[in-house]
Amino acid sequence: MTINELKDVASQVRRDIIRMVHGCQSGHPGGSLGATDIVTALYFDQMQIDPKNFKMDGAGEDMFFLSNGHISPMLYSILARRGYFPVAELATFRRLGTRLQGHPTPVEGLPGIRVASGSLGQGLSVAAGVAQAKKLNGDNHLVFCLMGDGEQEEGQIWEAVMYVPAKNVDNLVAIVDYNKKQIDGPTDEVMNLGDLKAKYEAFGWKVYECNGNDMQQIVDTLNITRKNAHKGQAQVILAHTEMGMGVDFMMGTHKWHGTPPNDEQAANALSQLKETLGDY
Amino acid sequence: MKIEVQNFKDTRSGFGDGLLEAGKRNPKVVGLTADLTGSLKMGDFAKAFPERFFQVGIAEANMVGIAAGLAIGGYIPFTGTFANFSSARIYDQIRMVVAYSNKNVKIAASHAGVTLGEDGATHQTLEDVGMMKMLPNMTVLVPCDYNQTKAATIAAAEHDGPVYLRFGRPKVANFTPADEPFVIGKAQMIQEGKDVSIFACGHLVWKAIEALPILKEMGINAELINIHTIKPLDVEAVLKSVAKTGCVVTAEEHMRNGGLGDSIAQVLALNNPKPIEMVAVDDVFGQSGTPDELLKHYHLDTPDIVEAVKKVIARK
Repeated sequence: MTINELKDVASQVRRDIIRMVHGCQSGHPGGSLGATDIVTALYFDQMQIDPKNFKMDGAGEDMFFLSNGHISPMLYSILARRGYFPVAELATFRRLGTRLQGHPTPVEGLPGIRVASGSLGQGLSVAAGVAQAKKLNGDNHLVFCLMGDGEQEEGQIWEAVMYVPAKNVDNLVAIVDYNKKQIDGPTDEVMNLGDLKAKYEAFGWKVYECNGNDMQQIVDTLNITRKNAHKGQAQVILAHTEMGMGVDFMMGTHKWHGTPPNDEQAANALSQLKETLGDY
Repeated sequence: MKIEVQNFKDTRSGFGDGLLEAGKRNPKVVGLTADLTGSLKMGDFAKAFPERFFQVGIAEANMVGIAAGLAIGGYIPFTGTFANFSSARIYDQIRMVVAYSNKNVKIAASHAGVTLGEDGATHQTLEDVGMMKMLPNMTVLVPCDYNQTKAATIAAAEHDGPVYLRFGRPKVANFTPADEPFVIGKAQMIQEGKDVSIFACGHLVWKAIEALPILKEMGINAELINIHTIKPLDVEAVLKSVAKTGCVVTAEEHMRNGGLGDSIAQVLALNNPKPIEMVAVDDVFGQSGTPDELLKHYHLDTPDIVEAVKKVIARK
């Protein structure tokens, strides 16, 4: 896809996020909007996948894992728009009986979801195991894992960060959604992550940085990681993002982490986001 | 069942040998450990299948996540560490990426209970069965001796879904037939009787067997059933036995809260209320000592089972 086409998809995904969270008056719009560009680039440009024939084991496909499961509206919209399930189903988000649970789960059989996430800090471990299964299977496709930056405060993340280079898991690309905000406030104030790049490097990772809301930079960086995969090097992208990206009043604050917009706010937000693929 | 002591072996060796056998039968079986290869007796598997063995280091949470990932990729992972670090330490990880996500992960939990011995309470989990049986999708196995633990390991590999497999450290009587297949969810009749139903699991099955001749001397004809599968519980076998005997003793190396006795009591209360006595640990932590000393101290020994039987028969 061209960069402009990817941007159009991202715009629709952002509309979906606002409409889903507004529809059920629940969910996490801020982080979802911030991470939209990265995951759009993965699903619509980078990953070799077969959405119509979803297979749990992902054999012969690239695979994506969302560790910070609370930004589920973003993932659901992208999966639906990519063809994993009907777009109309987005209207069921967080409602009783839905496959689109508040946090992603494979239990309801939603195509595209392979493990539950939401309890933070666990996704990188799972993704590492999947990547090692791919190696055992002789499958040279890649595994991508998106984590939050607040999530880097979980101890298990660092168990996995130690494991991946030590065990030569070089078919995995980790991405940190580095928006510098978490529920209680700026990450610097809640628990200063310090020099995250230096920390990953000290654990043996090759660290890339990009503007996680600049589609061209995202694609360029992902292209580099694809090229450098399978070369004995653990790879992580620190993707600098803006929480609430695309909706002016949701940007520059942590306050929209887990707060839905009211009718007026939703209308305002939607007026800022171009409808490109047709609303659900 | 004919009870014949073949030798004295640790149940963890049953796991190690069972894992090796399961690995030979199915190339999808993989092993993981958090720096306890030797303690879990996983060395033979690691040697036979080095490419299918994952040394994770002292990082149990990470190990469970990796196991879930391997399961997603089509493998049948067995994680191996001490029972306490296989349960309480990583309960949320097991809950979300194994039980809730319904991944085909087998959690091999060794050194369970007070018979871990001298290491003391920090390592002697007495709560793990309760935690694990509360998780939907989780199968909970507590085999009684070497042969049964080996068979249970093979059965766990063949079972599709999460399994918590609990076993122990000390060498104990190995008395179940070596060729007996392990059927998950099917209670094992050790001795038929009519005066009392003794339901036991793990190391306490042997303690209950030792109680049988003592009870016989006292004129008590006890029925002994090995509940090696705590979940799913063989409710039919429990009710059938109780209908005959009218009273129950449970015996386990676990906290009374949340253990086998607790599960049996629930079945009785809901279906056929009868007197029950529980041989279990009564809301205290363990401590250092030899396994035999500790079983005695916490009233998990043969005389305690005999006393419980006398007490429950008097309540009939």
